[in-house]
Amino acid sequence: MKIWDAIIIGGGHNGLVNACYLQRAGLDVLVVEKNDWVGGAATSRELTPGFLYSNCSYVCSLFRPEIMRDLELPRFGLQVISYEGGAVFTRDGDYLANYRDHHAHRREFARFSPKDAGAYDRYARDVTRQCRFIQPLLMRTAPDPTSLKPRDLGELLYLAKKFAGLGAAEMAQTLRFWTMSISDFLDEYFENDVIKANFALSGIIGTALGPMSPGTAYVLLHHYMGEVDGSVGAWGYARGGMGAVTRALADSFRASGGTIRTGAAVEQVLVKGGKAIGVVLDGGEEIRGKLVVSNADVKRTFLKLVEEKELPEIFLRRVKNFKIRGSSGKVNIALDSMPEFPALPKDSPVYRGDMHFTDSIERMERGYDDWKAGRWSADPFLDMVIPTTLDPTMAPPGKHFMSCFVQYCPPKVEGRDWTDADRDGFAETVISQIADYSPGFRDRIVHMEVRTPRELEAEVGLTEGNIFQGELTFDQLLFNRPVPGYAQYRSPVGGLYMCGSSTHPGGGVMGAPGRNAAAEILRDLSLGAKHMSPAHDVI
Amino acid sequence: MENISVISPLSTRIAAQSHFRTLRLPSPFQPRIEALAKTQDWYDWAGYKAPNSLWDSELEYFAIRSQAALFDISPMVKYRIEGPDAEACLNRITLRDVVKLKPGRVHYTAWCDDEGHVLDDGTLFRLTDEKFRLCCQELHLPWLLDSACGFDVRIEEETEAVAGLALQGPTSFALLRDAGFAGIEKLKPFDLADFPHENGMVTISRTGFTGDLGYELFVETSLALSLWDRLWQVGEHRGLRAIGYQALNRARIEAGLIVANADFSTAEHALRADRVRMPDEIGLGFMVDVEKGHFNGRAAIIKARQNTTMRHVLVGLEIEGNIPAEHAIVYHRKKREVGLVSAAIWSPTAKRNIAIASLSRPFGDTITDDLWVEIYAMRELKYERLMKRAKIVPRPFIKLDRRSANPPADF
Repeated sequence: MKIWDAIIIGGGHNGLVNACYLQRAGLDVLVVEKNDWVGGAATSRELTPGFLYSNCSYVCSLFRPEIMRDLELPRFGLQVISYEGGAVFTRDGDYLANYRDHHAHRREFARFSPKDAGAYDRYARDVTRQCRFIQPLLMRTAPDPTSLKPRDLGELLYLAKKFAGLGAAEMAQTLRFWTMSISDFLDEYFENDVIKANFALSGIIGTALGPMSPGTAYVLLHHYMGEVDGSVGAWGYARGGMGAVTRALADSFRASGGTIRTGAAVEQVLVKGGKAIGVVLDGGEEIRGKLVVSNADVKRTFLKLVEEKELPEIFLRRVKNFKIRGSSGKVNIALDSMPEFPALPKDSPVYRGDMHFTDSIERMERGYDDWKAGRWSADPFLDMVIPTTLDPTMAPPGKHFMSCFVQYCPPKVEGRDWTDADRDGFAETVISQIADYSPGFRDRIVHMEVRTPRELEAEVGLTEGNIFQGELTFDQLLFNRPVPGYAQYRSPVGGLYMCGSSTHPGGGVMGAPGRNAAAEILRDLSLGAKHMSPAHDVI
Repeated sequence: MENISVISPLSTRIAAQSHFRTLRLPSPFQPRIEALAKTQDWYDWAGYKAPNSLWDSELEYFAIRSQAALFDISPMVKYRIEGPDAEACLNRITLRDVVKLKPGRVHYTAWCDDEGHVLDDGTLFRLTDEKFRLCCQELHLPWLLDSACGFDVRIEEETEAVAGLALQGPTSFALLRDAGFAGIEKLKPFDLADFPHENGMVTISRTGFTGDLGYELFVETSLALSLWDRLWQVGEHRGLRAIGYQALNRARIEAGLIVANADFSTAEHALRADRVRMPDEIGLGFMVDVEKGHFNGRAAIIKARQNTTMRHVLVGLEIEGNIPAEHAIVYHRKKREVGLVSAAIWSPTAKRNIAIASLSRPFGDTITDDLWVEIYAMRELKYERLMKRAKIVPRPFIKLDRRSANPPADF
């Protein structure tokens, strides 16, 4: 029987990044993917003829440029295109836009509050300072603070030095930033509700917390620390949909000699004598490997694929308590023409950006209240984009693909499983919100895909449909991600590694977990990381 | 206290939506400037379309020093600060003692955050006992409003409502007199007065950014073009030329004047914690009036002075040779890196190679000898590298008697 050097469970972006690096380091690597396509939550699928759907993740900023270059992703077709800012529509018939041009941005804010327009620079400075602190940590394995190993001590020292490098005021600011609510944070800069709502959305996306919950300020940072070609904080569309990212990764992997098996769901990780020796597929087929890397989230990996008896009690308990709550859904829509928004001038660049309809933090928080009661938000928060305004490859000319990220959406409806009727009701809530701002919207719909946490978990495998494979709260970050003592991509089972977004530095289509895990694996194998270029400097 | 921080009504907001179609605003003088813009060489000044040059920046410079030059300063950020507590409020915000600034006077000042780091520098015009205008580079409305808590004062930005012109050069006085501004001869440096124009008034101050005889004129935007025309009509016999920023920049370097976010980083924009500066570190220590009572940053500045923790100093340099040392690194004994040149030109008026530089103390402070600058001069796709001796000299680099003569001469 063939024994692979490494078997990667799951062909999501992190699994593929990990596989690519291991293969390029000379290992013989197999990726097993349960779906008939790769991509995990970064896919493009033609669900109705002529329309390509970014049906989970839909925009790109966090994906590390070092990885794109190392793995030659441009050669395999990856292009990321920056897009225009976007807007929040207000209930009184106006909108607040985010323009890329600094002065236009300021003048737009001044329409709502001259004072807030002036406060933007200070806000941007403070957020950028925090991003600059955290960016260099993304591509480093978090130190184990309980370890006395020279490397952990060295990394701890690095962290401490970076921290000490901040002024006293910034140090305090950092600690506050990592723990406070986005609402409280924004109150320190802005007075206008619409302007605050405009920024607050980045603090709640993908998170089962409200804008008034402590910890949400960090989530905003997580959305700001990416870049498009050096423009930090910018977001773009992957040309061809988010599947272009994983398609390029898969092609790069195959080109370097890697093997991908789709339609191959892993039922169990084979463990012998406390060490992983391979996997068992759904149909009973056994595949042997010297090591196994799981791209699945930490709960799925250790509560479904590994037998409980193989795991230490405290680890198991912590994995069970790991917060990975479903909070969002997705409605993907094929449109036979460009929707109109009467509030928005026809030549506005906002059509090419992200659009929102939640114009106050209070409305966001009320939406969260519904989630706590086990219902989807009656007045949900939408992050809506029309990538076909910039990407001609996703729909026929004149027709459009629209992606709506919807929050909040509970993993269970009032404690019971989702039904098809619930799903349709959820979709109706979303469509009716859009139609309130865009008359005739329903008539343009050609096809629609509705994804609640039920569909996300069943298809992508994300527990509860949580897009980050676990919430990005301070107790689940850095050396505590996914659980204390196991933040370095290794697990209690020998030869079983984690490489998904459940690990440091967390979710989003970033690739850093996959790459960092590969670095640790190569270290354990005493193989150099010569195919891994150093993280870009933050100067 | 009644601060103006309006949440604008819907109709006003909707009327303002279309700004996204004009990313660089025209100045109130745009029709006149466009007509003179032979080079079509524009730059972005705080979101306005402003001329770098109009026909020839070198010749434009000589208009400043030999005749009269007209430079549009409308994009400069302007705040109106008004009320019974305006003086007290500004005393709390800015470094100098505003009690000493009498109505009809202007002073150059700066303001700091609570850590004593400079937020901006600018000119403060005392229009009346209770009415001030603050002109500066950056936006400060939130800072000003928050600092005004507890004071009976109204603060509003008036950048778009008030147009401004700098008229600078030896014939500027004669030109204003020819234009019929009766009593203009009474203005001493840093004086201001209102003069009738059309159906309104123009505020003229004997101030400027060139180190030369010169005036600044402020008027409501509706009267902007007629004011320009009034000057232009009599300007022909006084050699009046409109100029762009490049010419002005040469003149301001000769005058030794600094520009926020060019010669120092303002505290609200500095991402890197070590880039902020206290007044003493950028040559503005003279403004700090510790006797006048509390003002923003006072305690921090006093502490830094006592503990001698100020790490930088801004100096004027005179450099051997004639190659401008723009953004050159400054060395001590040709070896140790001690600072950076932020602005440098060959000065046509001083006939010297001059520069403004920031040095790390003790260099520039107690150690002032054996300084060098390393100039990389790109010549036909090759860097000619020069190591030139630099000497610390006082600013301004030029001192023109006509600037302060009373009454001013005709040319």
